[in-house]
Amino acid sequence: MHNRRDKWLSFLLVSPSIIAVAIFVYGFIGWTIRVSLSGWKGLMPDYTFVGLKNYATLLNDPRFQIDIRNTLIFTAVFLVGAVLLGLALAIMLDQGLKGEAFFRGIFLFPMAISYIVTGVVWRWLMNPAMGSRLSGFNLLFKSLGLDFLVNTWHTTPYWGIAFLAIPAIWQLSGYTMAMYLAGLRAIPDQLREAARVDGASEWQIMRYIILPLLTPVTLSAVIIIGHMSLKVFDLIVAVAGKQLPLDVPAIYMWQATFDGNFYGLGAAIGVFLLISVAILIIPYIRFTLRSEENS
Amino acid sequence: MPSKKVLWIVLAATLILSMVLTACTTPTTTVPTEVVTEAPTEAPVVEKQQVEVFSWWTGGGEAAGLDAMIKIFAAQNPDIEFLNAAVAGGAGTNARAVLATRLQAGDPPDSWQAHAGQEIIGTYVKADQIEPLNFLYEEKGWLEVMPETLIPLISENGNIYSVPVNIHRANVLWYNPAVLAANNIDPTTLTSMEAWIAALDTLKAAGVIPLALGEQWTQMHLMETVLLSTLGAEKYNGLWSGTTDWASPEVTTALGNFAKLLEYVNSDYSTLTWQDASQLVVSGDAAFNVMGDWAEGYFKELKVEPKTGFGWMPVPGTQGTFQFLSDSFTLAKGAPNRDAAIAWLSICGSKEGQDAFNPVKGSIPARTDGDVTLYDEYLQSAMVDWSKDIVVGSLAHGVVANDSWKTEINNALGIFVADKAVEGFQTALVAACKSSGPCK
Repeated sequence: MHNRRDKWLSFLLVSPSIIAVAIFVYGFIGWTIRVSLSGWKGLMPDYTFVGLKNYATLLNDPRFQIDIRNTLIFTAVFLVGAVLLGLALAIMLDQGLKGEAFFRGIFLFPMAISYIVTGVVWRWLMNPAMGSRLSGFNLLFKSLGLDFLVNTWHTTPYWGIAFLAIPAIWQLSGYTMAMYLAGLRAIPDQLREAARVDGASEWQIMRYIILPLLTPVTLSAVIIIGHMSLKVFDLIVAVAGKQLPLDVPAIYMWQATFDGNFYGLGAAIGVFLLISVAILIIPYIRFTLRSEENS
Repeated sequence: MPSKKVLWIVLAATLILSMVLTACTTPTTTVPTEVVTEAPTEAPVVEKQQVEVFSWWTGGGEAAGLDAMIKIFAAQNPDIEFLNAAVAGGAGTNARAVLATRLQAGDPPDSWQAHAGQEIIGTYVKADQIEPLNFLYEEKGWLEVMPETLIPLISENGNIYSVPVNIHRANVLWYNPAVLAANNIDPTTLTSMEAWIAALDTLKAAGVIPLALGEQWTQMHLMETVLLSTLGAEKYNGLWSGTTDWASPEVTTALGNFAKLLEYVNSDYSTLTWQDASQLVVSGDAAFNVMGDWAEGYFKELKVEPKTGFGWMPVPGTQGTFQFLSDSFTLAKGAPNRDAAIAWLSICGSKEGQDAFNPVKGSIPARTDGDVTLYDEYLQSAMVDWSKDIVVGSLAHGVVANDSWKTEINNALGIFVADKAVEGFQTALVAACKSSGPCK
């Protein structure tokens, strides 16, 4: 009897959030899908069913092709950069350096800043102006005599978007560092010692013991960085504004919907974003749930 | 079982809470209404009317100009309370999203700001959200004091849909007189695209940036002036009414001219705001910049002297035409306070209202009878042109194309600026006119 009451009470206590999530997350997902299947173009709602027409338009849309290409390049550079840099920093800090806590704080700190602030600062640093108006990194490179490093940053044709991953890496490598550091600390010292007794070199210990044990951490990092990267909007707008060579789906979604009144098309981009993030996250959630059940 | 009762109460409370949360999602400014519903209980004698006016004028000369108009409104309508529902954000990007949500929820402000022309007609008139204002134009005699060529650009099927408060000119070429003099270029000789391009060549050879350019919307701004210059006023208007073929060789020539101009711009254009680009002219880094005449207000802020620090002229080939854009106010269909809204619009269209707003904002009145002594040197010259030139509308600022069409042109333009392929650009423009414009 008591048990049943507890069950009821616990259900009641979480019910506000269940209701809120049901309305604001799943309800709106359903509504967005409905809009994405409609021909709504113009200010007032129009739910005329047009099937997958908006999705077909997107696939043939040169702007959306740029978006997909940019997202892939950005995600690849961002992922590889943040994971490798985070791992390197974590391994360095794990060597028992003096002032570890201080450096840990410094590396983690950028994460506390909003993307907009990061974007504005890096907009100044990566200033592509040439000639007498050289500034930011380019000016620094030139005054250090490193003229060959002076470049056009994100205005570089085709690969410009890769440069926009630099501020993102700067901001989030501290976070991956913290994840890896936690992972490293969880590896018992006995394992390393046993390996040393068996005559393994430090490199072999790293390669055959530490890194394999860090695989779950890498997976988590890839998922977290990856889904942030797919949804990126504010960082791009803050550094580069809304220009087409550096366009990503989230910016197109905003412009299509609110500047152009293409509500159906905008909703389709939203659904596309949702699906791409879901492809990344759902297997991860299932994997985590299963491993939790097993343990 | 008393506990069951408690459970039901908690459940009911949860439901109510979720409803409150739902209500919170619509970002409406309902707070003032509450104030007023309470007011009669305290002072039952006078029931004060209100008017809610929505705009994106929240800072600088715009907000100061709006305040000046509100003062006049308050003096003439002491029993109407003015509710200033302004939402911040340049050129109304945020405000428009908020307004769209309100209109979709059936909660319109009495009057709202919008760029005169197709931005209003293609979006709000099409959605049946605003009332025609012909009766007000006739009653107030505005048809006599506004340029004849302006009226068709802000009308649809003979109905006039908004009251323009201010006028900006888009086809202005700003130049640095010292830089031109140093390179022996006389600005008065630049009356055609060809002459201008020759001058740009000279400047390029001399190592200055010939033409300063900024982010994407400033590229569209440059493009529209080139279209006007190459096609002339009548054919330019035809692009938007459907009588000029987007696939025609003249348009190819115009786009070729535009592509040519892009060879003379600063390499970092995509990272510059319009202010950054305009500043290159007064700093002497660049010789020319095409920008609307709000640039003059910016030059004044930079404390540069007109005529010596910066000069101006119509974009070469557009002499005698005034490519305009305008902030205007509408009358909501089903406005909660229709009479008060009309009182507001009367101020917007009055000589007194426009002469209060425009000198502060740095624009000219839409009426041709403004008091010239209130305006500075540049604005005075613009007022002269406004009263005698042929008026055509701007693309980048919402006069000639509806929002959807403009967005499609913007997509095509963005791709063109990156790949410089005129043919593909023209094909995309033809397609855009079919999909969202009047072309069949």
